[in-house]
Amino acid sequence: MAAVETTKDQVQALGEKYKYGFVTDIEMERAPRGLNEDTVAFISAKKREPEWMLQWRLGAFRRWREMKEPNWARVNFPKIDYQDAYYYAAPKSMSDKPQSLEEVDPKLLETYNKLGIPLHEQMALAGVAVDAVFDSVSVATTFKDTLTKAGVIFCPISEAIREHPELVKKYLGTVVPVTDNFFATLNSAVFSDGTFVYVPKGVRCPMELSTYFRINAGETGQFERTLIIADEGSYVSYLEGCTAPKRDENQLHAAVVELIALDRAEIKYSTVQNWYPGDESGNGGIYNFVTKRGDCRGRDSKISWTQVETGSAITWKYPSCILRGDNSVGEFYSIAIANHFQQADTGTKMIHMGKNTRSRIISKGISAGKAQNTYRGLVSMHAKAVNARNYTQCDSLLIGGQCGAHTVPYIETRNPTARVEHEATTSKIADDQLFYCLSRGINAEEAVALIVNGFCKDVLQQLPMEFAVEAQKLVSISLEGSVG
Amino acid sequence: MLEIKDLHATVDGKEILKGLSLTLQAGQVHAIMGPNGSGKSTLSYVLSGRAGYDVTSGSIRYKGEDLLALPPEARASKGIYLAMQYPVEIPGVTTINFLKTALNAQRRARGETDLDAVSVLRLVRGHAKALNISEEMLRRPLNVGFSGGEKKRLEILQMSVFEPSLAVLDETDSGLDIDALKLVAEGVNTLRSPDRAMLVITHYQRLLDYIVPDRVHVLAKGRIVAEGGKELAKELEAKGYADIVKDAA
Ligand SMILES: Nc1ncnc2c1ncn2[C@@H]1O[C@H](COP(=O)(O)OP(=O)(O)O)[C@@H](O)[C@H]1O
Ligand SMILES: [Mg+2]
Repeated sequence: MAAVETTKDQVQALGEKYKYGFVTDIEMERAPRGLNEDTVAFISAKKREPEWMLQWRLGAFRRWREMKEPNWARVNFPKIDYQDAYYYAAPKSMSDKPQSLEEVDPKLLETYNKLGIPLHEQMALAGVAVDAVFDSVSVATTFKDTLTKAGVIFCPISEAIREHPELVKKYLGTVVPVTDNFFATLNSAVFSDGTFVYVPKGVRCPMELSTYFRINAGETGQFERTLIIADEGSYVSYLEGCTAPKRDENQLHAAVVELIALDRAEIKYSTVQNWYPGDESGNGGIYNFVTKRGDCRGRDSKISWTQVETGSAITWKYPSCILRGDNSVGEFYSIAIANHFQQADTGTKMIHMGKNTRSRIISKGISAGKAQNTYRGLVSMHAKAVNARNYTQCDSLLIGGQCGAHTVPYIETRNPTARVEHEATTSKIADDQLFYCLSRGINAEEAVALIVNGFCKDVLQQLPMEFAVEAQKLVSISLEGSVG
Repeated sequence: MLEIKDLHATVDGKEILKGLSLTLQAGQVHAIMGPNGSGKSTLSYVLSGRAGYDVTSGSIRYKGEDLLALPPEARASKGIYLAMQYPVEIPGVTTINFLKTALNAQRRARGETDLDAVSVLRLVRGHAKALNISEEMLRRPLNVGFSGGEKKRLEILQMSVFEPSLAVLDETDSGLDIDALKLVAEGVNTLRSPDRAMLVITHYQRLLDYIVPDRVHVLAKGRIVAEGGKELAKELEAKGYADIVKDAA
């Protein structure tokens, strides 16, 4: 494989890159089982954090101990024993990892092939022990130069805490307060790593930022923390996650993402989440409890969330916008697919505080198998939100007769000039649509994928081009086996 | 090409086709006429293998093969095409994308390679023009908001693109004005060839002025009750179905 050889050479030539890297120390042990102040201090020490950060984490931990797990979402899962878990673990050593693709679950590989992922990336995703690092690492280094020239800071949050403390102190926890909710508070105490982005005034970020260019994803562990700041008049588009399913041993994931858009700034945040959803009979799978929130802090600012959720056994996720600045705009475009025994409870909150604020919610929920899919949304018009506008459209598509779709919209209006518009539809893939496709030579599985992709079109269109193509394939893959 | 013998078929447990027999040679165009509810559409669905249309006895052979053993998508890739009486809407899926997906699915099933988007567009454009179908229409979601006539023309466009061996046209003429009817007939006539056969289902004689059939079958109550040359269509027009059906009974 000539390509791999070249890559290896390139990577060796670029021995420097690790110092930027998202790659953590090699000699890590793991923290003792359980969660107490020592665990928190251990994590902080491992990350070589300053004292103020340790105190921040400890403050969060002390609050968390007093809090209760929320139970209002329409999801069921066995009780999580937070003391019976490891909160900091070294990545697997080379010898513990699969030594070749032959040792990897063939189902996982089949999915990679369907997504058209190159072989060497497949190895990385599957966690195969390989010395060669990947094209994307060198690509990342090149990107890094371009970003530095533009003045954009894009680095692991652990690095930002050490090297840009003034920015981190100023913004961390200002959108999702430490005490916000059970999972966010837990994250604040024990977050392992994540991403930090700062785009300076007037800068249009010269490229789409993607967390780890696919490869390194997963290494951040279960408590990921992301902080993105777009300063006045700047623009950034950020892609999170991974269209390829990941090998992941952590059952519970509790991430926090905070976005801050100052005057006239715009942040576009796209996620394609494809964690292991559990098998056809509902065994295994990731529990994903995420707090994502954007603050349109400045006037004329804009934050746009686009998400494609196909993974997780349980998804509990409400990317939200606080429309604080006058004339600010919040958008939420979502595709949530639940198949087999998956449970998804997802939606958004649009909090209108400023004048002339506008929000738009387009949610497409697809349920198949025995899955339950809930849209839960809040549109809140505060007293000062003069002439605020919201438009919400929630469409549900059912495949088969054993799944469920639920729409739970909450609307609060404290300003008589505010307007809220809500439309909801529920449909099934009709027999005649399916037959029409079959009669044209398209098999049932492909037909479902085609019809579902059509159903999701308004949201898929919001994704950056290269992501959209993979997302479409992903939609097909995640619905496999949903028609008999 | 097609040999149907003593076909009985039920829909929701109710027998609709009651011993229908019909033979269609390659190169021929046959018309099936009959009153509403006589089972014409049911026959077309049975030919393309729609779920819920169950054959209880009898046989269908297509190019010597047992057609009933094939799933619907395989029938399509083996050259059976049904222009439907009521074409179906698929929101969000552009017409051109649908055509490409279908064409490539058929090609793959036959062991041919996929055509890329540009080649498909080139192929489709040629036929679309003849049927007065605009580029704009090709970019709209399949059949969504199309007029009755547009839907029917699109059915014929698909036929032209897929180049089937056996085309079944179920009341493609209904809802068409005379100009559209001529376009459709032209599309069909262009496709007539010695290795292709067509089954034109219609309620009215009018279409048969433009697509002249080799043979006309009259279907009533799930059975062929009369057969003849193209003059039978005229006779039906003059006398009405009632007499012929009664005569046959
Ligand atoms: N889904 C169905 N369930 C029950 N009966 C049906 C169904 N579809 C058609 N039929 C009945 O089958 C008969 C034949 O219908 P059809 O084949 O559509 O006739 P045609 O196309 O000749 O007008 C009619 O009596 C009709 O009511
Ligand atoms: Mg009919």
